[in-house]
Amino acid sequence: MELVCPAGNLPSLKVAVDNGADAVYLGLRDDTNARHFAGLNFGPAKIAEGIKYAHDRGTRIFMALNTYPQPSGWERWQNAVDQAADLGVDALIAADIGVLDYACNKSQELNLHLSVQGSATNYEALSYYKDHFNVRRAVLPRVLSMSQVQHVIDHSPVEIEIFGFGSLCVMVEGRCILSSYATGRSPNTYGACSPASHVEWSETPEGLETRLGGVLIERYAKGENAGYPTLCKGSFQVEGNTYHAIEEPTSLNTLELLPQLMQAGVKAVKIEGRQRSPVYVEQVTRVWRAAIDACSENPEEFHAQADWMAELGKVSEGTQTTLGAYHRPWQ
Amino acid sequence: MSKQPKLSLGPILYYWSRDQVMEFYDWVATSPVDIVYLGETICSKRNLITTDDWFAIAERLTAAGKEVVISTLALLEAESELKRLRRICDNDKYMVEANDMGAIHLREGKPFVTGHSVNVYNGRSLELLAKQGLKRWVLPVELSWQTMADIQKEGPDEVEVEVFAFGRLPLAYSARCFTARSHNLPKDDCQYRCLDYPDGLMLKAQDDTKFLALNGIQTQSAHTFNLLPELDHMRELNVDVIRISPQSRITEKVVGLFHRCLTGEMSLEDGAAKLERIVPVGSCDGYWHGDAGMEDKAQAAAMKMA
Repeated sequence: MELVCPAGNLPSLKVAVDNGADAVYLGLRDDTNARHFAGLNFGPAKIAEGIKYAHDRGTRIFMALNTYPQPSGWERWQNAVDQAADLGVDALIAADIGVLDYACNKSQELNLHLSVQGSATNYEALSYYKDHFNVRRAVLPRVLSMSQVQHVIDHSPVEIEIFGFGSLCVMVEGRCILSSYATGRSPNTYGACSPASHVEWSETPEGLETRLGGVLIERYAKGENAGYPTLCKGSFQVEGNTYHAIEEPTSLNTLELLPQLMQAGVKAVKIEGRQRSPVYVEQVTRVWRAAIDACSENPEEFHAQADWMAELGKVSEGTQTTLGAYHRPWQ
Repeated sequence: MSKQPKLSLGPILYYWSRDQVMEFYDWVATSPVDIVYLGETICSKRNLITTDDWFAIAERLTAAGKEVVISTLALLEAESELKRLRRICDNDKYMVEANDMGAIHLREGKPFVTGHSVNVYNGRSLELLAKQGLKRWVLPVELSWQTMADIQKEGPDEVEVEVFAFGRLPLAYSARCFTARSHNLPKDDCQYRCLDYPDGLMLKAQDDTKFLALNGIQTQSAHTFNLLPELDHMRELNVDVIRISPQSRITEKVVGLFHRCLTGEMSLEDGAAKLERIVPVGSCDGYWHGDAGMEDKAQAAAMKMA
């Protein structure tokens, strides 16, 4: 099983490579990928440097080009495909069928992966991407249970990669526009969810309030730890009850499922977090490398070691982690 | 001169009682809508109307002169869902609205429509789908009229465009059921609580702002997307079909107003004013204008005029 790690900059890429990632994924410095954050991602020179660093050490580089171009911006995506082909990335991760069509016509050499933003949750959809674009691998949305993942793999014409750790989308990726409803910018159109440009923090008599696009997302009592106002993780009122009506601010950690994931035939585990620091990338890569190695060697005896879980807990969003949809009761 | 757009009714996105569904389509048969989308698109556990029932309703509506399209589930996870999907995609009698790439795969070579949950964001995507059997596409709701016009310009002429023009906006799909969650029930034992919310379950911010509507695994806007004031603009843009998404109580009135405004029996100003009075929570139209979806540009413009 491969370990695929995130890099939002060159130092992160290097620590991912140094700590045992099999592949590192990255994106360009614009809205062509789903981590379009200020100061993040790679320009052409840094990408070339990153690819060389990784290839010299036997690590592959995947480029995410996983947002949906509109006609007015189409050229940027087309240029990005051309750039990926010229640079010799090991895979291009795309979602839009127009981009995939362009990429598979542009170069037979380009190895195409279907992004999680492509929203493929079933093997009939995967067959579509295989037939038309010769996609070799697909990243599944974080909505399927373990048995559903197994069922997809049993019938899939392509390799399956899943998210193992990091921030958790509770919605099907590529089909959630809550962010643009409040701000005008969504992962599909802009490459960011709940963008920082639309966040407000204000002290009020009721406590510290966080708003997104003017909508009150969370209210914190004095002394309470305030988190980033990701829309789906706010506290809202439904029939008089105030609670995390959509999702708690937890993050995904499937480390203890590793033997089952391997058994199911999952080809690669992906770590979320291109927007996170090199320290995060280093710690998470190191722990997951150790865990995958231990599990490959002796799956029967595998257990998620306490020190691994503690290390991962330190870098998780919020203080809780969840098995997400892989664990059926979560659904 | 621009042609007159047709009026369509989208699939019922909520879980209504069997009687209510049957009564609704009895009325639809006599209504001025041209195209009717039928089927369960949100949750496969909703079984008061079976696939057989949907085909029977399709037959009745066809006999009443309506063009019928069978809509497919948007989020496909279980094999039982794929089985139902195959039956719909294999049918030769009715057009199919594909709401997932899996449906497009199964329908390839036969005529289909793409629903708003299929991401067609550019002309190259449209062109590709046209080769595979696409006859009409529903504009993804977060795209603006300008983007639609750009895509139309790039895409093949023969493919029609349909605009979601009235209803609570479909904003997200999840593996989780938020209606069951609100009752502290697991999805596997949801007790069909969505039957109690025929227009969705209201979610408010802590300052009481009505924000979203929970509809099982789907999240919608609390405000109603309302493009009635844009009817003339849509006609100029050569929109082929204008979609009204059914709501439990007001749909008959909404269809009447859209129809009268389209035929010119009623002015857009009159129609918009009458509609505003019955829209639950209020209107929004930001997406159409390239802004945040929840904004209400029509209302803002009216305020400025006043």
